[in-house]
Amino acid sequence: MDLYEYQGKELFRRFGIPVSEGRLATTPHEARAAAVEIGGPVVVKAQVLTGGRGKAGGIKLADTPEEAEQRAGEILGLDIRGHVVRRLWIERASEIAKEYYLSITFDRGAKQPLFMFTAEGGVDIEQVAEDSPEALVRLYVDPLEGFQPYQARRLIYGAGIGDPGEQKQIASILESLYAAFVGCDAMLCEINPLLVTPDGEVKALDSKFTVDDNALYKHPDIAQMRDTAAAAPQEVLAREKDVTYVKLDGSVGILGNGAGLVMSTLDVIALAGGRPANFCDLGGGGDAEGVVDALEVITSDDQVRSIFFNIFGGITRCDEVARGILQALGRMTIEHPIVVRLDGTNAEEGRRILADASPPNLHVEPTMLDAARRAVELAR
Amino acid sequence: MAIIVDTNTRLVVQGLTGSEGSFHGVRNRNYGTQVVAGVTPGKGGQDVEGIPVFNTVAEAVAEAGANTTMVFVPARFAADAIYEAVDAGIGTVICIAEGLPAHEMLRIYNYIRPKGVTMLGPNCPGALSPGKANVGIIPAEIFRAGPVGLVSRSGTLTYQIGHELTQLGLGNSTIVGIGGDPVVGSSFIDVLAKFEEDAETELVVMVGEIGGEEEEKAAAFIEAEMSKPVLAYIAGFTAPPGKTMGHAGAIISGSAGTAEAKKEALEANGVRVGTTPTQVAQLVAERASVTS
Repeated sequence: MDLYEYQGKELFRRFGIPVSEGRLATTPHEARAAAVEIGGPVVVKAQVLTGGRGKAGGIKLADTPEEAEQRAGEILGLDIRGHVVRRLWIERASEIAKEYYLSITFDRGAKQPLFMFTAEGGVDIEQVAEDSPEALVRLYVDPLEGFQPYQARRLIYGAGIGDPGEQKQIASILESLYAAFVGCDAMLCEINPLLVTPDGEVKALDSKFTVDDNALYKHPDIAQMRDTAAAAPQEVLAREKDVTYVKLDGSVGILGNGAGLVMSTLDVIALAGGRPANFCDLGGGGDAEGVVDALEVITSDDQVRSIFFNIFGGITRCDEVARGILQALGRMTIEHPIVVRLDGTNAEEGRRILADASPPNLHVEPTMLDAARRAVELAR
Repeated sequence: MAIIVDTNTRLVVQGLTGSEGSFHGVRNRNYGTQVVAGVTPGKGGQDVEGIPVFNTVAEAVAEAGANTTMVFVPARFAADAIYEAVDAGIGTVICIAEGLPAHEMLRIYNYIRPKGVTMLGPNCPGALSPGKANVGIIPAEIFRAGPVGLVSRSGTLTYQIGHELTQLGLGNSTIVGIGGDPVVGSSFIDVLAKFEEDAETELVVMVGEIGGEEEEKAAAFIEAEMSKPVLAYIAGFTAPPGKTMGHAGAIISGSAGTAEAKKEALEANGVRVGTTPTQVAQLVAERASVTS
């Protein structure tokens, strides 16, 4: 789960990482009130779960509350890479002397957390890694030992930070960032830029914060930060119904059992010349209730023209799945043509059950590729 | 021979008294696996269809001689269950449970590796050596014994490929599900190395998917270290970046972890990659007839 800048900064603040004072606003009027409370020049920042806000006109300086209101009006409703701005973070403006980059990521390849730190901040970090790799200090932390003070010194000296005041503040920020990363079950905590003011104060000017979905049960306060309005409406419905679903932009609705098999089904649809409308995994079961929920989510997408059921029967046998499908279709009206492929345990019996019932609009195909072709044809 | 599970496996099921644990534990025993114990704290002294239940894994090891565990407890208790098993001297951990926080698995991984423990999962279907032992939730009925090793991050996709192999008259030495999480106990390389050593395995099918770089690392390993032929399938060519596709580990992060990159790395190292599960099975059949 990705967090907005202001949510990540709230977590930073809790762990002792300095951030600027700010207020959330969802209307120009609120933005004005926030600027009055903060006093002095503020920055009006679009809150979106994507990069490139600055270039898209989503971050603007305002010297007065009137100006903050006006800027807020300009930014709210902007479409930034497909994300519509509905929230603003009004923050006390900072003077910038230097910009650094600091992050910690969950490195699944190395199986250790990875710190990255460079004095060349405020820019695209992948560019720094490419152009001047020697300027980017990388350091792995043993998750069993935890972060040690010497590791902070290696990062600080490695990045060439010479000022004693900065060294001290950054050492503390590094320790806090590691604590936040582990304490919040984060997959990524990024501060870009890590700012040094002309007075020598070091603080986080931005935040990128991603939390492991599987750990949200431990962090109810973070779980409730999820902005359901930012997700596709089908994905919100899927979450309510506990259906594993990802919205895509094609016209063939997909339903299968097992994440790998469903991914493979999407690929086969593409090979057959079509475009999948979604990813949807029924999991191990194939009972009527699960099928009904999944179909409701899939058909809530009006781009869907046909539906492809791709089931491999293992312990859940195909005849059980076939009965589940028939029961589900008896409980709801589906206008789209449905193509079913059943394979595996009791596949023949399953196919026979479907053929005997022969509900309207239901097509049974013997192989995954045949079924994919049929579903693509029917979506045209 | 086979790998990871065989006739020497003496299985303890952590969570045997739960509905899933008892269903699959008994199923595994009916297949012929030596299921010697269950562990549920507070239920020691009971039994599940004749399988004795202990309060601790240490007792299951001491009194029933367990050497392998299948973890079937809810995700939030799984890390504790794994530490308990490893500290009791269990050498093979098969974690079916899904939904373990990634940080917990990171600590488990770093804890068990120096001890030489073999672990599959979390979020995996287990391992099946046809005719010898089945530990986990793999439907054994669709597989036959034979020379093809199968290793995969996915469950049903593996069953699909195994089923197609069976229909082409080919069987498997061992089917290994390594799990769909970002960090799992065994990588493709760990399992490929075991297949390379296994006398019964003549060739290997590797089933990968988007996310991470384990397929790319495996490609280099195959080129450098493996004498046996390897064929591959990768799922997720149409997956968009930044979206988790069912498995917690199946996510393209930025430009890293795409199916294209994995396919290219495998092909650059001489591994053929099938475009559909059916095609992979056909490639295996061609290769097997050349080998035999």
